[in-house]
Amino acid sequence: MIQLNVNGEQRSFDGDPEMPLLWYLRDVLGLTGTKFGCGVALCGACTVHADGQATRSCIVRMRDLAGKNITTIEGLERNGMHPVQKAWMQINVPQCGYCQVGQMMQAAALLQSKKNPSDRDIDDAMSGNICRCGTYGRIRAAIKAAAEEMA
Amino acid sequence: MSTIENVSRRGFLTGGIIAAGALVLGVRYYRNHLAGDELPHDTNADHATFRPAVYLGIDRDGTVWIVAHRSEMGTTIRTSLPLVLADELDADWNRVKIEQAIGDKRYGDQNTDGSHSVRSFYAAMREAGATARFMLIQAAAEKWAVPATECRTDLHTVVHPPSNRKADYGDLASAASKLSVPKKEDLKFKSKKEWRYVGKGAPSYDLAALVTGKAVFGMDARVDGMVYASVEHPPVLGGQVKSFDEKEALRVAGVRQVLPIDPFKPPPAFQPLGGVAVIADNTWAAFQGRKKLNITWENGPNETYDSGAYKKELVETSRKPGKIVRGAGDVDAAFAKGGKTLEADYYVPLLAHASMEPMVALAEFKNGKLTAWAPTQNPQAVQDIVSRELGIPKEDVICHVTLLGGGFGRKSKPDYVAEAAVLSKKVGRPVKVVWTREDDIKFDYYNAVAAMYLKASLGADGRPTAWLQRSVFPPITSIFDVNAVYGDTPHLQQGWTDMPYDLQNFRIENGPAKAHVRIGWLRSVANIYHAFGVQCFTDELAHAAGRDSLDYLLDLIGQPRIIDFKGVDYPNYGASFASYPWDTGRLRRVTEIVAEKSGWGKRKLTKGSGVGIAAHRSFLTYVATVVEVQVDDHGHVRIPRVDMALDAGVVVNPEATRAQFEGAAVFGTSIVRSGEITASKGAINQSNFQDYPVARINEVPEQTNVHIVDSDDPPAGVGEPGVPPFVAAFCNAIYAATGKRVRDLPISKYGLS
Repeated sequence: MIQLNVNGEQRSFDGDPEMPLLWYLRDVLGLTGTKFGCGVALCGACTVHADGQATRSCIVRMRDLAGKNITTIEGLERNGMHPVQKAWMQINVPQCGYCQVGQMMQAAALLQSKKNPSDRDIDDAMSGNICRCGTYGRIRAAIKAAAEEMA
Repeated sequence: MSTIENVSRRGFLTGGIIAAGALVLGVRYYRNHLAGDELPHDTNADHATFRPAVYLGIDRDGTVWIVAHRSEMGTTIRTSLPLVLADELDADWNRVKIEQAIGDKRYGDQNTDGSHSVRSFYAAMREAGATARFMLIQAAAEKWAVPATECRTDLHTVVHPPSNRKADYGDLASAASKLSVPKKEDLKFKSKKEWRYVGKGAPSYDLAALVTGKAVFGMDARVDGMVYASVEHPPVLGGQVKSFDEKEALRVAGVRQVLPIDPFKPPPAFQPLGGVAVIADNTWAAFQGRKKLNITWENGPNETYDSGAYKKELVETSRKPGKIVRGAGDVDAAFAKGGKTLEADYYVPLLAHASMEPMVALAEFKNGKLTAWAPTQNPQAVQDIVSRELGIPKEDVICHVTLLGGGFGRKSKPDYVAEAAVLSKKVGRPVKVVWTREDDIKFDYYNAVAAMYLKASLGADGRPTAWLQRSVFPPITSIFDVNAVYGDTPHLQQGWTDMPYDLQNFRIENGPAKAHVRIGWLRSVANIYHAFGVQCFTDELAHAAGRDSLDYLLDLIGQPRIIDFKGVDYPNYGASFASYPWDTGRLRRVTEIVAEKSGWGKRKLTKGSGVGIAAHRSFLTYVATVVEVQVDDHGHVRIPRVDMALDAGVVVNPEATRAQFEGAAVFGTSIVRSGEITASKGAINQSNFQDYPVARINEVPEQTNVHIVDSDDPPAGVGEPGVPPFVAAFCNAIYAATGKRVRDLPISKYGLS
């Protein structure tokens, strides 16, 4: 039995300990905001926070999550929207939107560690997150807008 | 022609959204083969029905329901078309609610491809809105016993200025529903200056849902009692299962069943590929079970396909005379006169779509009917193929369209939905089929590989005295006809038949190529390789002639004129020449605008920098692009700046349009940097983003400026036209920066990254 916390709620899991967190979130808990894109940590669509760190939920196994605090998009901000979500709306970032949850979770983690990220910081933090629609310019602008709001 | 019926008393309500007594307008249009209009040559069934239907409902509380019948994959179409209707209705956008249509032929064409949603349905949306507004005014006039001519509308209300009375649309809905529908010629459309939304746009209707993770994509569809499936497909197209052993797979925790799926009967069209499915309690268990399947395959005749050898064949074919598609003058005589002559081979490999959401579909077979929830660009094609696969009437296939996590043409082909349907019938439960990224890359309908041969001789002024272009590519028609080898008209037209230059002697040809994988539409389709060949060869000629690339391009485009396609098989994307002539003046204009906006010839370029230009019309939209690159000593290519100018006629949603062109530059960047699918022994070599990389945030244009030409011409496409000229301009910029002429994509073949 694995005990963990998801979006502030205590959970216990007694399924296959090799199952990646992604499928526990999506198929077991029904938290479908976190997306499946590649299954091998190459695209970032499945990004969540594990103890505050941006984590690719498609490769992290349930057995490694005992005692961890997991935050998904559903739990990113309990009241209203997180500054990255507001900025994403303000800049009209999403096209299809499928990757954007992962992009926002990655960006929120970046802004936790860097209050005022440079373009280079943004490249370094965000280059693991693919957007096939090509919204990168707006993602960059939205991160800067969110940083300003959080300052 | 169109007919409009008041259908308030019929059962056309979708999802029970509209309260009794509400005004419901069904606007039904039938494909309009205009007299004197030679079109269309395009016989693709998905393009063939041109009878969009718009459902508009106004509730007594004033809520306006607009049914979006096109699929949302990121172009904002689910917002932009309803905006057109809301504008003519003079509705308050904040009181509009959008509902997604199921697949149903009464809506007309629903195949959201070819960048034609606005073009094809703009008039229908306006007519629906204007009709409703007319009837609301009439209802108010009767209520107040005043002439309708004294009434007008003002944002969701009808007003009668002489008596200072006004009524909300909601208060008029019931009375309006009892009126007969006006004739189209009696309708009054808004003038451009009265438009509230068209030309101004609005953010995506789904924006808040998208940023909170609440938006429902196909991957997110869930119903009670559903099970999950993952399918091992034959690695070679047309292959089949010889034998398999399910024992190990069934031992995996959560795996319920292992089921074979029959191979398709050629041609493949949209049939499931066949193989072996693992049914499980969750996606992960299905994936794990699949790894334990011990399958022996019978690969079939495509086993000998090797993309390297195939490339040589294509290039050889492109060097031999082919079918003539269009021409003028006497090219051979002009070549025989000699002079400076250039020849070039251009090549673009197979390309995969790689939408971020892999193929996925949920299907439930119950009581002889199949209900699907699918991220599909074409829900009526879902009805067709599922009906055939299950042997049930089309009407018994209900296809709910979810949001699409990208489409790019792949999701116009519903093989994956058919797979879920077949499995649900076998399992007796709702089944959600989830493709892995590897499945997506290996079992795509690829954009055709193409080899092009171009030859020109130059006169004393540097202009071509003769021009020959020949392309060879396996056609998309091969998925419907195993014998199809020549380019089909709808794809030859894409930047090949309509080479726009003002030349005395030219000849355009096409040669045969047999397909060994499924070929399909990918964003911009044949325009990608055709624009690459024509626009880069033009740049080669400019340099050979010692001329500036911009001046030379404008010189070849020539003076403004309408291209005469008399006697030429050129379908003009299914649009009439009367409304959408091929106007070289518009191509010239965007070229001049992008040159000016980008500071062509005036920008200071540092060492390793270069700019390239290209111009191209596709999907009836004229685009010119200037790309600036910087290449360092290690061959690493940066893209500091991109400028695009576009003339797409009336643009409904400028912000969304800019986003489409920004995205097109990124899509094109992936094609140029790394896009390449190869095959060995008939099987695709690539599998995921490590060997089919797509552009990341640190590899894309650092600045993309999109210049939209203000135009009163009818609306044209915006989703696709940005890609083709970007690819060519990017490669021309690389030449300017490095002297390396990219003729063979991707650029990794030239030591560039």
